[in-house]
Amino acid sequence: MKFLVCISNVPDTTTKITFTPDNKEFNKAGVQFVINPWDEYALTRAIELKEAQGAGTVTVLNVGEADTEPNIRKALAIGADDAIRVNAHPKDAFFVAQQIASIAKDGGYDVILMGKESIDYNGFQVHGMVGELLGIPTVAPAMKLDMSGNTATLEREIEGGKEIVEVNTPFVASCQQPMCEPRIPNMRGIMTARTKPLKVVEATADAARTEVATFALPPQKQGVKLIPAESAGELIKLLRNEAKVI
Amino acid sequence: MSVLVVVECDGGEVKKSSLEVASYGSQVAQMLGTTATAVAVGEATEANLAKLGEQGITKVLHDAEPRLKDFVNGAYTKLIAAAAQKEDAKIIVLANSNIGASVGSRLSIRLQASLATNVVELPKTDGGSFTVKRGAFSGKAFADVKLDGDRKIIAVKKNSIEALHEAGKTAQVEAFSAQLSDADFADAPKQVVMQDQAGGILLPEADLVVSGGRGMKGPENWNLIEELAQALGAATACSKPVSDVDWRPHHEHVGQTGITVSPNLYIACGISGAIQHLAGVNSSKVIVVINKDPEAPFFKAADYGIVGDVFDVLPKLTQAVKELN
Repeated sequence: MKFLVCISNVPDTTTKITFTPDNKEFNKAGVQFVINPWDEYALTRAIELKEAQGAGTVTVLNVGEADTEPNIRKALAIGADDAIRVNAHPKDAFFVAQQIASIAKDGGYDVILMGKESIDYNGFQVHGMVGELLGIPTVAPAMKLDMSGNTATLEREIEGGKEIVEVNTPFVASCQQPMCEPRIPNMRGIMTARTKPLKVVEATADAARTEVATFALPPQKQGVKLIPAESAGELIKLLRNEAKVI
Repeated sequence: MSVLVVVECDGGEVKKSSLEVASYGSQVAQMLGTTATAVAVGEATEANLAKLGEQGITKVLHDAEPRLKDFVNGAYTKLIAAAAQKEDAKIIVLANSNIGASVGSRLSIRLQASLATNVVELPKTDGGSFTVKRGAFSGKAFADVKLDGDRKIIAVKKNSIEALHEAGKTAQVEAFSAQLSDADFADAPKQVVMQDQAGGILLPEADLVVSGGRGMKGPENWNLIEELAQALGAATACSKPVSDVDWRPHHEHVGQTGITVSPNLYIACGISGAIQHLAGVNSSKVIVVINKDPEAPFFKAADYGIVGDVFDVLPKLTQAVKELN
């Protein structure tokens, strides 16, 4: 079975967010980039399923410029077999979805996995766009994924519960915990990753439908009002009469 | 042309987040000099759909197909696309929920529409451009995003828009059929498992949240969290380390890789306030932090704080709420 795992390159989860002086772009200076944490669930689960089947391939796909290659190599070190980088700045979700759909179609992948959303743009859009572009089902967000032959059983999270869903390949799923325990690369993986194929291709479509005009940081809090622990009950009165939230 | 809003219903009732979506849609319609029509998904009663008039909706399309009770991506997408075509909708508004994002992303391709999720304010429409403000960087920033094209889809973040309540106004409920076939139900659930919710309050929909961290010392102490939550009518939540060690179920985990909540009140008990946790809660209107460590970073993000032992403070708060009520 052929798995395609889409990863994005995002600022580390502890990054303090700042923007360029014109507020049009994220300020990358001094920032450590990582594989999007949600995508790690997709990657590890694909590797686990391939291992369980005893055959098949896991291809990792990123839409990004050359500076994303260290994290693509990391995905190869974790256990993907080969990688494709679409050499383009990811303009918006629609732009990225078109690249993924084009590669998925040409490569004949059976299972297309990605994280629920990226922790930088938080779009939660690409999964459905890819599914629709390819005319195949999407399951999002998936908390569990098992395969039996060409049939997948997934748990789809809905507000307040979950649905057990069965779909046949090919399909798209966007992944989140508790799907698996994301793996970290071991020394052998890091050594073999250096020689695994990483193919660079150019974008096949150029269209985007949205554009960020400006970024802004949230307003600063006014400062905390401390209530002595002995008179903790006062807090409830403040929440009723001052903050008016209860 | 018109504005189409997608209202999610559950157990006959319109979800609170969908009342906000309806209010958003009717205000956009007013800005554009048109009317807002709703299309209902899930299990809805006609009486409750008619009440969407209070949120400024003039008409509600209702497909009584019983299989639409549970979320089915294929069928919901087709239903909404058919409603958009019937109403000649240029703007579609839905909730930024798992259902809304699943359906909205597919619709954006089918209808060749631009899409913005996680939207927190009404659009700005100066000089022919259409711009919405949305949350980005996991709650650490906002982005003003320009939406191109003739059709636009907006997914509105929960609790960021005040729901309208114009008492006495009713919407006209109209039977509607999207001619759904078996093939549209290919991803229909084999089984639906709902969580056992304390007091019946769903965390993503809650106005008030009481949350516990490692400072609670163990799952056996969660009665303190639950008692305060019950007195307030709040949902319960937890930090990632707590769900990682299975003190609490995963669906209560709030943070960067868990649920993002934006309630009116978030009470954090024994949570230090790691940046990944703050990302999930910092759009809450009022944040209260209770921690015995005065240096806990969470105090910097809080509106009210108590430096003290949660085991001593929580029962006092519960008592004070009971006295107030």
